[in-house]
Formats: sequence, C-alpha cells, structure tokens
Amino acid sequence: MSDVIYQALLKNGLLVAFAVVGALTWVSYFISDRFTRGRLHGSAIAVFGGLLLAYVGGVAAGGKNGIADLPMFAGIGLLGGAMLRDFAIVATAYGASFADLKRSGLPVVIALFAGIIVSFICGAGVAVAYGYRDAVSITTIGAGAVTYIVGPITGAALGATSDVMALSIAAGLVKAILVMIATPLVAKSIGLDNPHTAMIYGGTMGTNSGVSAGLAATDPKLVPYGVMAATFYTGLGCLLGPSVLYFATRLIFPG
Amino acid sequence: MTIYGVALLALCSLVGLVAGEALGFVLGVKANVGGVGFAMLLLLFLTDWLKREGRFTAPSAGGVMFWSAMYIPIVVAMAAQQNVLGAIKGGPLAFLAGAIGVGASFAMIPFLARLGRPKKKDGA
Repeated sequence: MSDVIYQALLKNGLLVAFAVVGALTWVSYFISDRFTRGRLHGSAIAVFGGLLLAYVGGVAAGGKNGIADLPMFAGIGLLGGAMLRDFAIVATAYGASFADLKRSGLPVVIALFAGIIVSFICGAGVAVAYGYRDAVSITTIGAGAVTYIVGPITGAALGATSDVMALSIAAGLVKAILVMIATPLVAKSIGLDNPHTAMIYGGTMGTNSGVSAGLAATDPKLVPYGVMAATFYTGLGCLLGPSVLYFATRLIFPG
Repeated sequence: MTIYGVALLALCSLVGLVAGEALGFVLGVKANVGGVGFAMLLLLFLTDWLKREGRFTAPSAGGVMFWSAMYIPIVVAMAAQQNVLGAIKGGPLAFLAGAIGVGASFAMIPFLARLGRPKKKDGA
C-alpha cells in the first residue's frame, strides 16, 4: 500500500511541490503571526524554511540540489527551477512603473560596477589572507564572491584547480543565502522601501536568487525593480572576471 | 481569455531570454546578459500598449497576475534546492569571502542610493 502511494507521489511531482510549498508557507505565516507578531515577514520565514529543507535534502541525498534530489520531491526542482523562476519574475513586472525604471538608469550602472568590484576585492582579500598567492586562484575565489555563476565561469576561463573552483562556488552560495536571509532584516536601516533604492540594491547585490528571495521577503512590490537591475550583474561579472579583474590581480600578484 | 495573458507572458520571457543569450554570445560571455530584464521591459511595453488599445481584458491580465502571485512560492521552492550543504562545506574561507562581500555591499547601498536620486533635494 505504501508503495502505491509512493509511486503516485513520484508520478505527480509538481503537485507534491505545490502541496509542500503551500504547507511550508502556511506554517511560516503562522510562526510569523504568533511568535514575531508579524515583525518577521512570513515569506522571509518561508524562504529560510526552504533553505533548511535544502540542507536536510543535501544531507539525505548527498546531491547539489537540496531537497529536489530526493525523488519524492523532484517536483520542487521544477517549481523552483530556472524556467518557472524567470517566468514568474517577468510576470512581476506587470504593473511596475516605466518612469521609475528609467529614472534610476545611470545610478544602477554605477551600482553594478561598485557591487561587482567591491565583492571581488573582499573575496580576493580573504583568499590572500588564507595564503593564496597566485593570480588565478585569487581571481577565481574573488569572482565566486561576486556570484556562484561568475566564480566557476571565471575559474574555467583561467584554468583554476578544482578545489579552488569548489571554494569559489561555495563563496557564491554563501553570498546568495546570506542575501536571502539578511535582506528583510537590514531593509529598514538601508532605506530599502522604494523603487529607486530597490534598483540600487539589485544592482549592488546582484545574485539573482538572493535578490529575488530577499525582496520577496521584504516587499513583493519592489521585486521587479531589484530584479531588473540584478539581471545585468552576473553577465557583467562574467565579462569583468576573466579580463579586467584578472589583469588587475596579476599586477599585484604576478606569480 | 486567461491563456492570452499567459501566452503573452511566455512570449515576452522567451524573446527576452533569447536576446540575453544573444547578447552574452556577442560579448563572448557564457551567461545570459539581461535576459529577464529585457523580458520585463517587453511585457511592460506590450501590456501598456494593448491596454490603451482596449485589447488587454481582465481575464488576460489574470493570466499574468496568477504567475506574479506564484512568484513567492516559486522562490521558496528555489530556496529548497540551493546547495546549502555545499556552502557550509566550503568552510571558513568560503564563508568569509561571501559574507564580507555581502556586508560591504549592503553598507554601500545607502550611499549609492543617495548619489543617484534625482529631482529630490539635489545635494550634489
């Protein structure tokens, strides 16, 4: 009997995902209401709950895709995968204001460069502090601190070793997860409550998953503005990483 | 009809993503550059135009708004498939490299936001 149920769940993965996420959301809003009196947003708790599930799934299945690596929860992989994520993000643009988007154009470009360069320097600095002295490794780890996509792409272009690549990806994952968790907590103190700041935020942080989840947990109305800016970050990072940033690093560490 | 909204959304997404891939290819970058952003602008532009023509009806809008409302659940599902274990296994180096960058970036936001806020009490 239990096998029959299991098979049915396996065959209807996306429906399982709807039910699981729905239940998780309900529990999260309950916790938000009862224990934080709404101070910590329900969706922030839900995102954190999702990360916990991802950890449990990682331990249980030993894969890279969190809970989605367990066959029963494979539907989570579809629901939260790149295709539907991009689809829903584009949908959030419906109702956004053209004027607000246009007004912040140049500041966002500045934010993109500032965000990438500062993240890179921080990551590269930590790599140096841990004893790395060759430009390829330092650049790869620094690029990982930009996003977990920029890291491995830069590393692959420069021919970094696989352990450095793993560190680089891990640094990017830490960034994405921290941005998800920290955004709703620091939103007030950085003035993240209007479209303009949301665009600056998206351009500065850049990590797509971090920004999209962080804004969702702060104020869903700001999502399209932040994501619009963040959508150029990874691309620009991939452009700068193996080129300008690598050359600049090699000037300092010619090893 | 609802499907018109969903189809328009899908079309905008596809066109935007293809444009992003193409731009990445032209720049010699193995990443999608601005695809989602282009798609959003296209959706804004087209729905605006169709509404003015009176051809974007409430049911059509419903097809777009449903997916907009599904955004947060989708993000929760996305969080549930992150490689959290990988981030933890990266150890202190990976943690510091990521965390210091995030802290510095957050700290910059108020300054960058002030820098570029036009029309309102232009201090600079």
